[in-house]
Amino acid sequence: MEVAQLLISGISQGCVYGLIALGFVLIYKATEMVNFAQGDLMMVGAFVGYGFVVLWDWPFILGVGATLTVMAVLGVVLERLIVRPMIGEPPFAVLMLTIGLGFVLRSVAGAIWGNEPKSVPAPYAGEVVHIGTVSVGMENIAIVLGTAVLCTLLFVFFRYSRIGIAMQAASQNQLAAFYVGIPVKRIFALVWGLSAVISAVAGILVAPVSLIDPNMGFVGIKAFAAAIVGGFGSLPGAIIGGLTIGIVEQFAGFYLPAGWGDTSAYIILLLMLIIRPEGIFATMQKKKV
Amino acid sequence: MRFVLKTRYGQDLDHFKHNGQRFWYGLLGAVVLALPIALSILHLDYFVGELTFVYIYAVAGVGLMLLVGYTGQVSLGHAAFLAIGAYAHVYFLKSGLPFAVSILCAGFLTAIVGGVIAIPALRMTGIYLAVATLAFSRIVEQVVGHWDSVTGGHRGTSVPDVNFFGISIFEPLVLHFVVLVILVFILVGALNLLRSPTGRAMIAVRDSEISAQAMGISLASVKTTAFAISAGISGIAGALLAHHSGYVTPETFTILLSIELLLMVVVGGLGSMQGVFYGAIFVVLLPTVIAFVRDYLPDDVGQMPGLQPGLFGLILVLFLVFEPLGIYGRWLKIRQFFSEFPLYRNATHKRQKTYLRTERVR
Repeated sequence: MEVAQLLISGISQGCVYGLIALGFVLIYKATEMVNFAQGDLMMVGAFVGYGFVVLWDWPFILGVGATLTVMAVLGVVLERLIVRPMIGEPPFAVLMLTIGLGFVLRSVAGAIWGNEPKSVPAPYAGEVVHIGTVSVGMENIAIVLGTAVLCTLLFVFFRYSRIGIAMQAASQNQLAAFYVGIPVKRIFALVWGLSAVISAVAGILVAPVSLIDPNMGFVGIKAFAAAIVGGFGSLPGAIIGGLTIGIVEQFAGFYLPAGWGDTSAYIILLLMLIIRPEGIFATMQKKKV
Repeated sequence: MRFVLKTRYGQDLDHFKHNGQRFWYGLLGAVVLALPIALSILHLDYFVGELTFVYIYAVAGVGLMLLVGYTGQVSLGHAAFLAIGAYAHVYFLKSGLPFAVSILCAGFLTAIVGGVIAIPALRMTGIYLAVATLAFSRIVEQVVGHWDSVTGGHRGTSVPDVNFFGISIFEPLVLHFVVLVILVFILVGALNLLRSPTGRAMIAVRDSEISAQAMGISLASVKTTAFAISAGISGIAGALLAHHSGYVTPETFTILLSIELLLMVVVGGLGSMQGVFYGAIFVVLLPTVIAFVRDYLPDDVGQMPGLQPGLFGLILVLFLVFEPLGIYGRWLKIRQFFSEFPLYRNATHKRQKTYLRTERVR
C-alpha cells in the first residue's frame, strides 16, 4: 500500500524529470551543446500557461495550444539571438551562457508574473482514481499519460519524418549533413524550438500538482542528473533515468532521515559517474586519434 | 609599441617582461599598501571592508582561474569548497590550533576532498565534471545543514577571535593585511606554478587534450592536480570569508556563490591572472552599484527581488557573446589599438572557430 503509493508518486515525479531531461538530450544530440536553462524553460512554459488559462481565462486546451506555440517561438528566438553566435565556441562557454540565460529567465518571469507561488487549475484536477487499494490523483495520471504520448510522438517524428531524420543526421556529423544539403543552422533552431515545447509540456503537466514560482526551474539540475544516468544523448535513457531518480527520491525521502530525499538524486549521479560513467544507454565511445 | 630583445632564456620565464612592467606593478603595490591606511585614517572602515572582500574573492578567483582559465575544466560547485574550508577552519580554530596552522590544514583538507571528487568525473568530458561538482555542492549544502555537532546546522556557527600581535582580527585593517599577505603568497605561487612543468601541462590540456596526450601528459593526473590545487585555494578563501563575516551559515555557500565566482573569472577574462582582479572588483562592486541605482529607478523595477541574479546572468551572457576574453582582453585590445595606431586591422583579434565532430556512435 505504502510502497505502491510511493511508487506512483515517484513515477509521476520521474516523468517530469524525464521530460526535462529529454529537452537536454535533444539539444545535446543535435548541437553538442548543453542547455542548462532547460529547467527554466519549463518554468517559463508553466507561467505562460498560467497567463493564458488563469489571467486571460482561455479554455484549458486552447491555452495549452497557445502556450506550446509561444514556447516554440521563444526557443527559436533564443537560438537565433544568443546561441547561434556561439556555434564553434568551446562547450563550456555555451554551458555558462545557458546558466546565465537561466538566471535572466528567472528574473524576467519574476518581474512579469510575480514571485509568489501560483496554482494552475486543470479541468481534471482533484479527481481521484482507485486502482485496487491505491488512490491516484488524476494529475499524476495525466503526467504519465502525457509523457507516454509525447515519447511516442517523438519516436515517430525521429523515425519517419524528413525533418526528424535530418535532425539525426545533423546531430551525427554537422559537416557531412551540411554537404548533403541539410540546412544545419535551421535544424538547430528547430531543435531549440522543439526542446522548448517539450519543457513547456513538462511545465504544464506539473503545474496542477505543485505550485509554480520562478525558482521551480531548479529541478532542472535533477533532470540533468537523470539525463546522465540514462546516458547523455539517449532519448529513452532520459526517460528511464528520470524514472529512476524520481522513484529513488520518493523512497529515500520516506524511509531515510530528513535531507536524504533531496540529496539522493545527486548521490545517484556521483555513484553513476564512478560505476558506469557512460550511463545506462551508452552513446559515447572514446575518441581515437 | 615596445620590442623586447631577448638575450637570455631566463627572460622567457620572468614574471615581468621589461622594466616598464616592473615600474607599474611596483607603483600598484605601493598604492595597494597605502590605500587602506589612508581610508582607515579617514575613518572609512566600510571601504576597507569592501577592499578586503575584493581580495578574498580574488583568492577564490585565483583558484578558479587555475581550473577554468588555465586547465579548461568548469566547476559549478566551488562554493562547496569555500564551505568546507570555512567550516574546517572554524573547527580547527575552536579545537585550539593557531591561525596559520589551522588555515593551512583547512586548505589541505579541501584540496584532498577536491582531488577525490574530481577522480570519477575526469574520466569523461568537461560537462560531466561541471555536473558532478554541481551535485557535490548540493550534497555538501545538505551535509552542512544537518551535521549539527560540527557545523551548527542551519543556525550556523560563530568564528572565534584571533589575535595578531595583540590586535583582534575583527579589526578591519588587521583582517585586510592578513588577507593581502595570503593573497600575495597564493598569487605568486600560482604564477610560479604556471611556469613550472605542471602548469605548462595544464595549459596544454586546455588547448588540446589530444595533443597533450600525444606529448605524454597524463590527462587524469593533470586534471586531478589542477582540481585539487584549485579546491585548496578556494578552501583558504572560504576560511578568510568566515573571518570577514564573523559568522558562518550554510546560506552563504549556495549555488549562487558558485555562479558568482564563475561570473568573476569570465567577466575578468579567462586565461589571465590580471582578469581575476578585474572580475573580483566587478563582482563586489556590482551589488553596491545596483543598490545605489535602485533608488533612481521606478519602484516596480527597482524593488524587484530577482534583479541582482538576473543582471548577473545578463552580464554573463553579454560577455560570453561579445567579449569572451573579458575585461582584461578588452583592455589588451584597446592598448594594442593605440600602440600600433594607424596599422590596427579589424581582423587582428578575430575569434577562431572550431567545428566539433561528435564522439557518439549513435
